[in-house]
Amino acid sequence: MENEVKLVSGAMVALAVATAALVVMPYMQVRDIKAPAALKPYTSAQLRGREVYVANGCVYCHTQQPRDRKLAPDFARGWGRPSVPADYVYDRPHLLGSMRTGPDLFNIGARQPSKDWHLGHLYQPRAYVPYSIMPSFPYLFLVKDALEEGDAAVLLPPAYVPAGKVVVASQEAQDLVKYLQSLNHTYPVLPAPTEPSTSSTSFKP
Amino acid sequence: MDSTILSLLGAFLLSLIGLFAFIWSLRKGLLVENPAGASIIFARGEVGRIDDPSLDAHTESAMQAAAVPDAALQATVQAEIDARTEADQSSAFPVFMFISFACLWLLVGSVAGGIASIKLHEPDWLVQQAWLTFGRIRSVHLNAVIYGWASNAALGVIIWLLPRLLRTPLRGAIWAMLGGSLINAGIAAGVGAIAIGWTDGMEYLEIPWQIDIFIFIGFALVILPALGTLLARRVSHLYVSVWYFVAALLWIAVLFLVGNLPGVHTGVQQATTNWWYGHNALGLWFTPVAVGAVYYFLPKIIGRPVVSYNLSLFGFWTLAFFYGQVGGHHLIGGPVPGWLTTLSIVQSMMMVIPVIAFAVNMRGTLKGQMHLAKYSPTLRFMMFGGLMYFASSVQGSLESLRSINAVTHFTHFTVAHAHLGMYAFVSMVFFGAIYFMMPRVLNWEWPYPKLITLHFWLAVVGVGIYFVGLSIGGWLQGLAMLDASQAFEQSVKVTLPWLQSRSIGGVLMSLGHLVFVGHFLVMALRFGPQRAGAALFWQPKLVLGAAHGK
Repeated sequence: MENEVKLVSGAMVALAVATAALVVMPYMQVRDIKAPAALKPYTSAQLRGREVYVANGCVYCHTQQPRDRKLAPDFARGWGRPSVPADYVYDRPHLLGSMRTGPDLFNIGARQPSKDWHLGHLYQPRAYVPYSIMPSFPYLFLVKDALEEGDAAVLLPPAYVPAGKVVVASQEAQDLVKYLQSLNHTYPVLPAPTEPSTSSTSFKP
Repeated sequence: MDSTILSLLGAFLLSLIGLFAFIWSLRKGLLVENPAGASIIFARGEVGRIDDPSLDAHTESAMQAAAVPDAALQATVQAEIDARTEADQSSAFPVFMFISFACLWLLVGSVAGGIASIKLHEPDWLVQQAWLTFGRIRSVHLNAVIYGWASNAALGVIIWLLPRLLRTPLRGAIWAMLGGSLINAGIAAGVGAIAIGWTDGMEYLEIPWQIDIFIFIGFALVILPALGTLLARRVSHLYVSVWYFVAALLWIAVLFLVGNLPGVHTGVQQATTNWWYGHNALGLWFTPVAVGAVYYFLPKIIGRPVVSYNLSLFGFWTLAFFYGQVGGHHLIGGPVPGWLTTLSIVQSMMMVIPVIAFAVNMRGTLKGQMHLAKYSPTLRFMMFGGLMYFASSVQGSLESLRSINAVTHFTHFTVAHAHLGMYAFVSMVFFGAIYFMMPRVLNWEWPYPKLITLHFWLAVVGVGIYFVGLSIGGWLQGLAMLDASQAFEQSVKVTLPWLQSRSIGGVLMSLGHLVFVGHFLVMALRFGPQRAGAALFWQPKLVLGAAHGK
């Protein structure tokens, strides 16, 4: 039995240390962080759009975490200031991402506020960005003979509209664009909103 | 500030203290070598005998003749061989089940991976169906190969080797099979869910938690028989592979449970948990199983115990204590506490220790016997896999350094690295293990040994093209992105030729899988020439099989 006990206890202690460092401690450090006043909770349309973003795996090519200016020129590219934990208070699941096959989207709503641009770009990215390797998403759109009442028409460069047809955005596409437009974290944040009391020198003897 | 430094130091010291406590507690001491422990995989008198069931009799004798004899061969003890035969019989059904599922998922994963790869340079190809969009088919690929192929193969290797190493029949095989059914039903449901857009949305944790419940129960049903077999062992000494396997089983159970807990994790903390899980799935599940497999198969094939048995145990405990904490290096430069990424970088560098321990040990064991790879395809897969373990681990450690990470983070370089680890290392070891295991499981030889060689070369050349090309492309992509004077456009354009070469490499690997699975199918259906070896299982069917065969 002795070897079994060593094996099981050793393996579990090793994992417990790792879990403490990467799961429990961040949990304790981050759980009390309040959202910045300028950051609003998602509306239900934005949340639905966020689900479309998740379901179609946008996160596998787009990050939402501009890096520090010392590390990379993310700010110079117009992707925004380095993000802080408080920016993500409403995010579940997190969409930090690990790939930049496409650009960072943390501030795409500020960089590109136009609904028409987003809808057209989702329908055919290469109509707007010739070098793009982003997939087109025709399944989020309807191609009709004529507009009907209540249809959200997509304004495309004429060369990209099927001849004699009109392109209409589905509810999913409209929600997704609302979510993308909401990605605007240009408000200022204090370096560490939760820390002033502990890091203040006046507490030290 | 103070508290973060304290916590960093605390975690680091704790892991060091724990490490040394456990090394110390291995009472035999590191300075006294333990050849008896290393020889436990052999029956008495078997040291010096090469063993590769995937060989035909002629090649086997040629390989035996080519092996450098350590000592005069003695008669093997029949009772110990019988115990192994009994152990093999007890596990044959569940192992066959796990490996069959693994083969099925390997094909699914290959097709999905191929489609995803081509889509990156042909973005308007197959865009009409939602389930074929890049973001979904890519995750179908990942989940099919990670959970479907590699996890099934890992469970097959564990379930086959544990009874052998413990010299006792597998306990509760029927429960393991029930567990395997649940796991695979769960994977099928999970892959389907991802395809229709129902996902938990995090890398490696895509499968919806509702489905994860079934997968977790399935894992538990496989782990319990493994633990039961461990407690019923008939050997006094636990061979190092047993340490790796049992620890890996416990680790993946906890990882899977905590990582998938719904409603607990949010925001940045969810991201750290995500990468704690993501990296540990490789580090504490696939790596220990594959390393444990190499520690069994490699010495067994060449008939020589590992040189330094203590070094292998040292490697185990250093891996256990360092690997778990490296996940934070996926968030360097991200909105996470600085101490966390620093801790992960430090532990990533510490991972060099177990890797070098492994490399030194394998080099010593193989010394003078390298040429045997000419005869044994299994050995070839194992040697290649072991070498790539060294390569991918050293590369991973370097990649965690901030200066290199700044370039490679968020690029295809990371994807290339992941395939070096999961394919060139883990999958190649599992291929080798399956080539060794199946003749014993099915009591049927591999019908066409040349196909094994063909599979090996397709896999090696394929992953070689894949890795080299994508690494170059990823590095150029990273450099372009770091240079503020270049438009983002440049970082996309520069990758295109390399994305194309990746598709070519991927097609070669997939062809290899077709050869492999086709060969497996031919063998399982009892076509091809018949083996005249030790009968282990399904003997009644031999007559039938002979009628089918030529």
